[in-house]
This record gives sequence, structure tokens and C-alpha cells, in this order.
Amino acid sequence: MKNCFKSIEELHEDLKNGHIKSSDLIKESLSRSHKLQEDCNAFVTILDDAKEVEVTDNLLSGIPYGIKDNYSTKGILSTGSSNTLKDYVPFFTATSIENLERAGAVPVNKTVLDEFGMGGTGTTGHTGVVKNPWDKTRMCAGSSAGSAAAVAAGVYPYATGSDTGDSIRKPAAYCGIVGYKPTYGMISRYGLFAFASSLDHCGVLSRSVKDAAIVVDNMKGIDKNDMTSWDSKNIHLFDSLTGDVKGKKLCYIDEICNINNYPNASKELKEHLENFNKTLDKCKELGMKVECVHVDKTLLNAIASVYVVISCAEATSNMSNLTGIIFGPRAEGDNYIDMMKNYRTKGFSSLIKRRFVIGSYVLQAQNKDRYFFNAQRARRLLVDEWKKLFKNYDGVILPVSSGPAKHLDGSKDVMDENTTVLEEHLQVGNFGGFPSITIPNGFIDGLPVGVNITGNCYDDENVLNMAYALEGTMEYKNQIAKGYDYEV
Amino acid sequence: MKYKAIIGLEMHCEISETNSKVFSSAPNAYTDCPNSNIRPLDMGFPGTLPVVNKEAVRKALMASMILGCKQPEYMYFERKNYYYPDMPKNYQITQETKPAPVGIYGELKYECDGEIKVARINNIHLEEDAASQDHYSDFSTIDYNRAGVPLLELVTEPTFHSAKEAVSFLETMRSIYQYSGISEADSKKGQIRCDVNVSIMDEDLDESDPKNWGTKVEIKNVNSFGGVRDAINYEIARQIEAKEDGTYDQIEQQTRRWDEESGTTVYMRSKVDAIDYKYFIEPNIPKYKLNKNWLDEIRNSIPRLAPERKETYMNEYGLSNYDATILVKEKDVSDYYEETIKCGADAKLASNWITSVILGYLNKEFKTINEIYVTPLMLTELIDMVGKGTISSKQGKEVLFKCLDEEKDPKTIVEESGMKQIGSSDEILKVILEVLEEQPQGIEQYKAGKTNIVDFLVGQVMKKTRGQANPAMTRSMMIEEIEKR
Repeated sequence: MKNCFKSIEELHEDLKNGHIKSSDLIKESLSRSHKLQEDCNAFVTILDDAKEVEVTDNLLSGIPYGIKDNYSTKGILSTGSSNTLKDYVPFFTATSIENLERAGAVPVNKTVLDEFGMGGTGTTGHTGVVKNPWDKTRMCAGSSAGSAAAVAAGVYPYATGSDTGDSIRKPAAYCGIVGYKPTYGMISRYGLFAFASSLDHCGVLSRSVKDAAIVVDNMKGIDKNDMTSWDSKNIHLFDSLTGDVKGKKLCYIDEICNINNYPNASKELKEHLENFNKTLDKCKELGMKVECVHVDKTLLNAIASVYVVISCAEATSNMSNLTGIIFGPRAEGDNYIDMMKNYRTKGFSSLIKRRFVIGSYVLQAQNKDRYFFNAQRARRLLVDEWKKLFKNYDGVILPVSSGPAKHLDGSKDVMDENTTVLEEHLQVGNFGGFPSITIPNGFIDGLPVGVNITGNCYDDENVLNMAYALEGTMEYKNQIAKGYDYEV
Repeated sequence: MKYKAIIGLEMHCEISETNSKVFSSAPNAYTDCPNSNIRPLDMGFPGTLPVVNKEAVRKALMASMILGCKQPEYMYFERKNYYYPDMPKNYQITQETKPAPVGIYGELKYECDGEIKVARINNIHLEEDAASQDHYSDFSTIDYNRAGVPLLELVTEPTFHSAKEAVSFLETMRSIYQYSGISEADSKKGQIRCDVNVSIMDEDLDESDPKNWGTKVEIKNVNSFGGVRDAINYEIARQIEAKEDGTYDQIEQQTRRWDEESGTTVYMRSKVDAIDYKYFIEPNIPKYKLNKNWLDEIRNSIPRLAPERKETYMNEYGLSNYDATILVKEKDVSDYYEETIKCGADAKLASNWITSVILGYLNKEFKTINEIYVTPLMLTELIDMVGKGTISSKQGKEVLFKCLDEEKDPKTIVEESGMKQIGSSDEILKVILEVLEEQPQGIEQYKAGKTNIVDFLVGQVMKKTRGQANPAMTRSMMIEEIEKR
């Protein structure tokens, strides 16, 4: 059986007319989960007792999917991939997961992330490193590493992700799949373990734009438990995928895409940017206008620092609830302060602790203006810059990262400081809460690479439709990682 | 006196009159069962988010308006970060620094020793309360019922000069909170807590220059008005002593704790050890514009407060300043009084019955007016019975005390104790005729001009009816009967 490779629509059709049974689909998905777990370590929990549900007219009913382990799931271990919550079984379910549940979707596993989403490698979860199914010596990127690996390896058509910097959209590129984070507040964050609340987004990883649209149509909606959520009942992502993009306008930023910015460009980077240019040509062939724009390089160079300062500051505060006293494995200690210190010292990885130190430092009274408030000012400037672009363009199209997935053994990758902006520019999507989608646009040395389209807030239908049209001009839709195209 | 005290207050008052807490859907209710009014947010579970309670904001804005403060254009909140077991999130959502609080810069008139004074308000802001803790010798207990209850923190300028002024202001504020339906403001339930800032300055220096104010000492967690009075007086005396000793220069800006048992303030920390709370804007509550119509609506819905009611009582009901002051002191008493008038009782009589009988009873029994059996309607019935002469006013008092003690309504008491006056003329006439038959000499004496013999004859009637005949009625009927003969 290779049912798990199919698109959501195909699966729904098959389930509806009885060609396959939901229970068989779940069985196949679980079997693929176990195989991928051995290979790539993508899961914190595999839900072997997942039960079939009634197939209804909802496209998602009866179809298995994965949940990133920083979504609160009632009665199911939810660790955030951290030792601090290694035994935490919540008693409430995240709103977006409840919405999927109501649609009849069947969760079959909880996927590994970088601890609490704080990382871009997929290597810092408490259960160990997640390997890229395309090449097990390489990373998936993160933090939605397990979700990306599982979708790429055909475990199911989609998994949920969360995105604070580029945690859905970069792993999607490294794993050759689609990663979509809608406008801030379209999907409720209630039940998503907070990393940096002003930047956190829920979203999805899938193998096609259409599947991403179907899933987010079902996850989204205003939620009385999340004041930043808004009513999107007039937004119908799936219905808006017409493929007609004639007259749409895209822009790309010269300071990011022009190879001349990178005097020491690697062969991979050169190929990546050449491939990006081919993608631009495809956009033009679709009848879209594609123009080159310029953005102040100083401003672009600020992206990474703005992200570090704001995300670390918010994270420090958000995660101060983790004391091991009310929930989590309680630590020993003579008094509550010692208990808390022991728990946090042992529980958090050093990477996270480093971020907490940065977060505290930038918020201290004597440093706040220099770091935190300046970061907020720069964030505003960047968002304004992008909003200016959205006045003239339907979206900004940019290459994701500086090439394909990096090696897990970092020594093999050439560190090039000049490419920082290429690695980090997707964070602007979080600064502004913009809808942003990554789709695969080719291969370099047999490894997938991706391209990203980001549009203005609330313009999700338009952004997805452009990505849908572009996807149609390429042959990477619904691709499964090499070596995973096996029968169960 | 060579010194002048400079005093500022931070008054925390829980908003008790909302259904749910300020950022969580848990009930905002006082209960004896610990840790029963809680939701995941109150315990800081991962993934929970705060949702602002609109009613709490409405009440906070109302308080801001009553204090003559300016309301902000936008509402937003910030996080105050610190680790403490009474707050599982380990940050408090408040409005303490940069974001404009619900109210800024106001003035409030208050009465102290019969003199009207003006207190300057720095700001009033809305925040969440922390859990309550009880400390025992080798363990402590935490009750999260209070965690997340809406709390108003009112910060005054250093506007007071004596403990008396400070306490008078606090009493005025308590009355405002009660009358406006914002809070029960019951310090026994821990709903009011104060921090006090005290410094002293040489009396002849210019008070308008803050440099002359002396070294500010903050006293935390004073939980009763009596405590505020004592803490201020203690601290003034302590600081004066230091001045006299020549050790005042050694006093640094510091935080102290009021120790109720010893009646002293105890050193906690110096200003240099002040906690850095790392404030930043709460990202989960989007900044939102306050609608002008809504603000107008709130302004127009401010209920009549104590001074306004007092004026009505004096000018419209003709009560004395003394009685009116007593009636408005507690909102519940004032409400009870107004309800009695609504039931149809005469305003002056109702005032008399309440101030002379009911309040005395409450004081004696340590009860509140809402705990007594006698309702405004029952009191009205009683006043009615006295007015109609069904019972005498002396009997009325007796009946009211019995109602309060035996928890029965006045009619039942009157019937049960056979107190009812005989008001029917037929019945009285029967007894009068009986008496005149027995005392024929009375008629003669009367006719001979000895008219006060009537008193004796009426007395005979009262004796025969065991006091139940209406005396006035009996008297006029007696005279009429004698004159007929």
C-alpha cells in the first residue's frame, strides 16, 4: 500500500467510495511512522492506539496526520521536546487541534521539534537529533523538524507546525515539501506552548499547496481563548485556488537575491540562486509581473539581531512558568527556589539557557533601550518596508536559505557570514505577521531546495493562489523523499 | 512641631463584582474551599493565554472617572516579571509603567475631621491579584482562588501629612468602591491592601520642592486601615527620633514591612536591591482603542455615591446632617434605608427606626444589615402599625427587637404576644359602659368639674383590656359617653 502518499482530495475520494478504509490508512501511517522513527528519529510519541473515525463530507475525516509536540493534546504526552516537560500529559487540547478533531482528522504521532521551538536545526529536542529523510547525514532544519521529515517521508499528507522565525518554512524547504504559516491570529495559539508570543504562528507542513489550504481552512477561526485571533470566516483558502494569476505582481529583493552580494559564494549558493531565477521565469510565464526592488542593506542586516532580541526576551518571560512545581518532573531541593533552580538547570539544554540569559539581559532596565526597544523600532521599520512593497506588489518572492539542507556535522559546511540575510529573511514574515508559504522549487546535488512567497496580512488567499499556480509549473508537488517510496 | 510628614499611598482593591477573573474564565468569587476557583491559566499551564475581562475594564475605567483621572486612548497591558510561588506564570499582567493605565493624574475631595481636603492621584491601574498564602512554622499553604482576581492599584502623590488624613482618604475610597458597585472593599476578605510611603521634612522648608521631602521609606502589605494608621505613626516617630539622634542621614531609601503583632516596621530591602521587573508589553493582549461612546456610557452609569445620597437625605427628606452621615456610611445601610422608603415608609420615621434600633442591634451583635431577618418591607409594615395606632411606638420597639431576635415578621410577633391594640370602637365601648356602671361616682365628679377623673376611668378600661385598648381612642369615647349622660 502506498496510500499515505496521496493527496488529501484523493484519499477523501478513496475513503468515500470505499476503495480504502480509514483503519487501513491509519495502520499504514503507523507502520511508516515506526520505520521513519528508526531511520530519522522524527517522533516523540507514536499513537499506536489511534482509532479510525467516521468518514464524513469533511475532506480531512478519517485521514491520519501528525502533531508537533508543542501543541497541547489532552491525555497525550506533550513535551515541547524538552526534558522539563518529559512527563507532561495535558488536560486540555489546543484549539486548532480541536478544530481538526472536529473535522475528523486522526492524529497518529507527536513530532519532534527543537526544544520549545527554539532552534533551527532539529537537533536540540530531548529525544535526540532528527535526520533528514533525503540524506541522513543532513538536518531537516527546525524547529518543525519531525513534522517536515514525516510529511516528506510519506507518513501522512500533512502535519501541524509552528513558526516563530521560520520554523515551518525552512524545514519545508530542506525536506522538499510545502510549509505555510498564515496571517498572525488566523489560527488560534491557545494550547500552543508559547515561545515568543508576538512572533508565534501555527501552521502546516504538507506536500501540496492545495493540501495546506484544506488543512488551514480547518484549523483556523476566531477563538475566545486567544485575543489575537480574528474572524476569518470569509476567507476560503481551498476555494480560492483558481490558478489564475495573470496580472499579479511579485517582487524580489536585489540585496538578497543577487549573486554579486556574495563574493565568496559556494557552488551550492550559485546553483540555488540560478535556480531561483528560473523560478522567477516560471512566474513570468504564468502571466505574473516580476520586478526587482531594493531594500536598505543595513536594515536587512538587522533582521537576525531583531529576531534574537525580541524572541529571547519574550521566551524568557513565557517560559518562567516552567518550574517543575505545578507540572513537569519536580526536582529535589530544600526549598521551592532550590527545587526550581535544579529543575531548570537540569531540564533545559544549554542552548535555551543561553537564550534566557540574552533575553534577561536585553530586558534589564539599564539595557532595555539599547537592545529591546531598539529591536522593536527596527522591527517596525522592517515591517513598514515590507508593507510598502505590498502596496505595489501582491507578494515578495525570495529563495529560502543559502542552499539545501546543512550537514548534521557542521564542520562540512562552509560558514559564510555574508549569507546571514539569506538564512534569516523569513523572520520578517513573523515580525509583520504576514502570510508566508514555502514550496519546493528544485534540487541541488539531489537535495531539495525551496522558494518562499510572502504577502500582506489577511491576503492569504492571494498568496496561496500564487504559490498554487507556481507549484503547477514544476514537478515537485506531492514528492516523497527518495528511499521512502516503498510499499507497506 | 519641627517636622512635617509627607505620605503617599498605594491602595490595592480587588474588583469583587465581576463574574470571572480579569484574564481567566475562573469565577471571581470568595469561597472557603481553597483552590476551587481556578482555570489552567491561573496555574500557568503551557499554552494558556490571557483574555481581558471587559467588565473589569469597565469598572476600572469607572473608578478612574470618579477619581477625575484621564482615561487612555488605547488600552494595553504589560508584564512584570518575577519569580514567586503566588504567581505560577511568574509574571504579573499589569499596567504599571509605560502603557497608559486606566487612569492618570486626578484629584479626589475627601473629608477629614469635618474639613474638606483634596488628595492628588498619580494613577490608577488594572492588574491581576496573586494567590493568597498562609505561613505556618514549617510549611506554607497557597490558595490560587485569588490568583487572577482583578485588582485596582491606586497610587496617590505624596499628598497626605498625617495618618488621620491617609485613613480618611482610604475610608472615602472604600465608600466609593462600594457605592459604585466596583468592590465589596472588605478588608476582612483581604480585598483591600495598602503600601504606605512615609518621609519627614523640616517644617520650615518649601514643600513644593521634592528635594526637601526627605528619604522615602516604603512600608509594604498593610492590610487594615488601623494598620495604616499605626504604621504611619510608628514610622513618623521612628524617623523623627533619627533626626533628633542625628542618625537620620543613615536612613536610606528602603522598603519595610509592617509587623502587626509587634506594632513596628521591619527592614526588608534597600533601594539598591530593588528587583528589576523587566517590564514589557504583554503581547497576547492586542492594544485596542477605547471607544468614546463606551466611555460616555460608563460615565453616565456611575451610580449615586455617598455625598450625593447624603445631600438628598438632608435636602429632600429633611434629615439632620448627623443622621444622614450615619445612614450613608455603609452602602448596604443606605440601600436598606432607600429600599424602606420605596416600600412606602416615611423618610424621617424610617431613618429613626434604622439609626436608633437597627444600627444599635448590628453593633451589639456584630452583624451586617444584610444578615438580619427584618427586611425593608417588614420595617415598613412595623412603621405602618405604629402610625395607624395598631401598636404604640413603645410596643413597636419591643416588636422590632423580637423580630430581630426571633426571626419572625412584625405581624406574627404582634399577634402571638397579643399586643395588638383594640381599635374597634364597639369593643372599647363595651368596656367603657362596663366601667361606668361600676364607677357611677366618676360621672358625677366629672360633671362637678373634676375632669381629670377621666384619666382614672381610662386607666380602668386599660386595666380591663390588659393595655390593648387604644388609649387616645378610649379617652375621647369616654368623654363622649359621660357627656351624653
